[in-house]
Amino acid sequence: MGIVQILFWFLTALALVSALMVLLSKNPVFSVLWLIAVFFAISGHYILLNAQFLAIVNMIVYAGAIMVLFLFVIMLMNLNKETEPQKNIWMKIAGAVSGGCLLMVLISLVKQANEMTGKTALMKDGNIGLIGNLGKALFSDFVVPFEISSVLFLSAMVGAVVIGKK
Amino acid sequence: MQALTTRAQQVERKPLSFLESIYLWNIFKGMAITFKHMFKKQPTVHYPEVKREFSPVFRGLHVLNRDAEGRENCTACGLCAVACPAEAITMEAAERLEGEENLYREEKYAAKYEINMLRCIFCGLCEEACPKDAIYLSETFAPSDYSRKGFIYGKENLLIPNPVTHPTEYAAAKGNRI
Amino acid sequence: MTLLALDWFLLIEKLVLIAVIIFASLGIALYTTFAERKVAAILQDRPGPNRAGSFGLLQPLADGLKLITKEEIIPNSANKALFILGPGLAMTAALMTCAVVPWGNKVEMFGRSIALQIADINIGILYVFGVVSMGVYGVMIGGWASNNKFSLMAALRGASQAISYELAMGLSLIALLMLTGSLSLRKIVEQQMMDGHFWNIAYQPLGFLIFFICAMAECNRTPFDLPEAENELNFGYHQEYSSMKLGFYLFSEYINMFISSTIMATMFFGGYDVPFFNEAAHADLGNWLAVIGIVSLLFKVIIFIFVFMWIRWTIPRFRYDQLMNLGWKKMIPLALANMVITGAVILWLQK
Repeated sequence: MGIVQILFWFLTALALVSALMVLLSKNPVFSVLWLIAVFFAISGHYILLNAQFLAIVNMIVYAGAIMVLFLFVIMLMNLNKETEPQKNIWMKIAGAVSGGCLLMVLISLVKQANEMTGKTALMKDGNIGLIGNLGKALFSDFVVPFEISSVLFLSAMVGAVVIGKK
Repeated sequence: MQALTTRAQQVERKPLSFLESIYLWNIFKGMAITFKHMFKKQPTVHYPEVKREFSPVFRGLHVLNRDAEGRENCTACGLCAVACPAEAITMEAAERLEGEENLYREEKYAAKYEINMLRCIFCGLCEEACPKDAIYLSETFAPSDYSRKGFIYGKENLLIPNPVTHPTEYAAAKGNRI
Repeated sequence: MTLLALDWFLLIEKLVLIAVIIFASLGIALYTTFAERKVAAILQDRPGPNRAGSFGLLQPLADGLKLITKEEIIPNSANKALFILGPGLAMTAALMTCAVVPWGNKVEMFGRSIALQIADINIGILYVFGVVSMGVYGVMIGGWASNNKFSLMAALRGASQAISYELAMGLSLIALLMLTGSLSLRKIVEQQMMDGHFWNIAYQPLGFLIFFICAMAECNRTPFDLPEAENELNFGYHQEYSSMKLGFYLFSEYINMFISSTIMATMFFGGYDVPFFNEAAHADLGNWLAVIGIVSLLFKVIIFIFVFMWIRWTIPRFRYDQLMNLGWKKMIPLALANMVITGAVILWLQK
């Protein structure tokens, strides 16, 4: 077992444990912190794949910005036992059903992904994830979806400003 | 309304222009001012090494004086205690005995002489009241202490060293007052 | 045994380098606290600390000793784990940034060519951004775990300030990265060292200004030290902290200041480049060339740190609305304009 494998299993275990802890933590602040740990583990996986750009963007955008805003809201909401809303039994059932559906879709995806089996990740020496190659791919092959998604973000921003102005 | 002086200025409350609103120009002006202060002379007196001169009229701790032969000047007349507005001075008189002529100048002397430095306001009226030049205010001030008792200065604290037996201490305690 | 097939010399070399750099930045930060007090004093016509050692040079050690030996208090209602995690995170994030900074040229030692940089990674400056954005958590977690309303408000302020200014900072750097075409800090420095190529400040003065202001905001330095506004928030996010945990918070600010000065010197002022001195022509100097480079970089850093302090002791703190207006309505449009103009000029020159 090489050092890459050890790191891979370590990061996988970390990601899974942290993801479980997100669900199991009683305190929502701890959930957010465990979610940050998940992002770190995933960034670690990206680095193992030599996708440094993705790794760092994952950290800056998700762990650094979005999670800070999450934490912001949760810290201000003063969530505790007394203020916990009473959940309808039907809501719980609906939640379980929709969550189960999502799980089924994911499992079937993994089972169907035959073409992925037998292919190992390009650990350490793949270079598709480096910023130069990624930029070229984004701005040549995938330029239309890329620009469309940026328009989507712009519209979201405009919408936020409009709501904020009210 | 009629302005009282010609110095009054109308304050403009225009909204800031873009350049003003990024504050840079004003910050640079402020930084120039602070930069100038780097080269100014510091007014600090480096205390334990350098001591600031007291003013010539400074009134500090009291000293009970002796004459040139080392005899105490005080006759315990009580004028200083009477003059004291803060009632800080108490004393007990005693008669000079045979053989004590080299200790006390007059026939009567202060056996006990106490000044409560917590009450004293260092006005110097005792110094003015004394007919014998026995008490005067020196150039030192009362050091701090942990107890109230420590601020009641007896004769052993107040008396100036003997000029005959301890001339250097006497000179140091005397200062440049008299 | 593939696990042991590592390049052990490389490992040792890097470990030594990491240790040296971390202890050097700790030492420099230690003396930055001293410099802060001295600079403040000189700007205010005072002598400053001068009792401990000659010229007060031992003052930071005395301060450190005081902080370590003070009583450690964890409030009863505080969240203990997070309360301890907060200052640790702040300190770690502050120290991790120095991994990608090139401190000097290569050094020949023991028959090996050692690069004075812990990791020359492809993403360079983005790594710095990533770590800096982690630094917010130190403040937020510490402020929340204290279970004190003032700390919480200060932490939220600090976080929102950091996020707001990170945007303008990133945008101001994009213009620079368009010029350099690389994210690696070593490549950026080497470009600036080339003949006929000036330092990046000559091409990006506005970008530098924005970066400088945002760096100040990221380090929570006055005029942007709203998270520590004593008159509104008692003491700020570290109000409940005592002893060395408080020391870590205060100390990480100084390390941040040192690192951001280093980044600015590297990005805009040629890093370890010595002005008006052609390094390539003096290759016979060998290792001394690297030493000259390090001294040159440190000199630039010291000037930056001085400017930081000079600003701090000149102007008062911004009001909160002024801070947000400056960040969102002034810095970001300026940075965007800078970016568009730079891009247009580059395209025009290429044609």
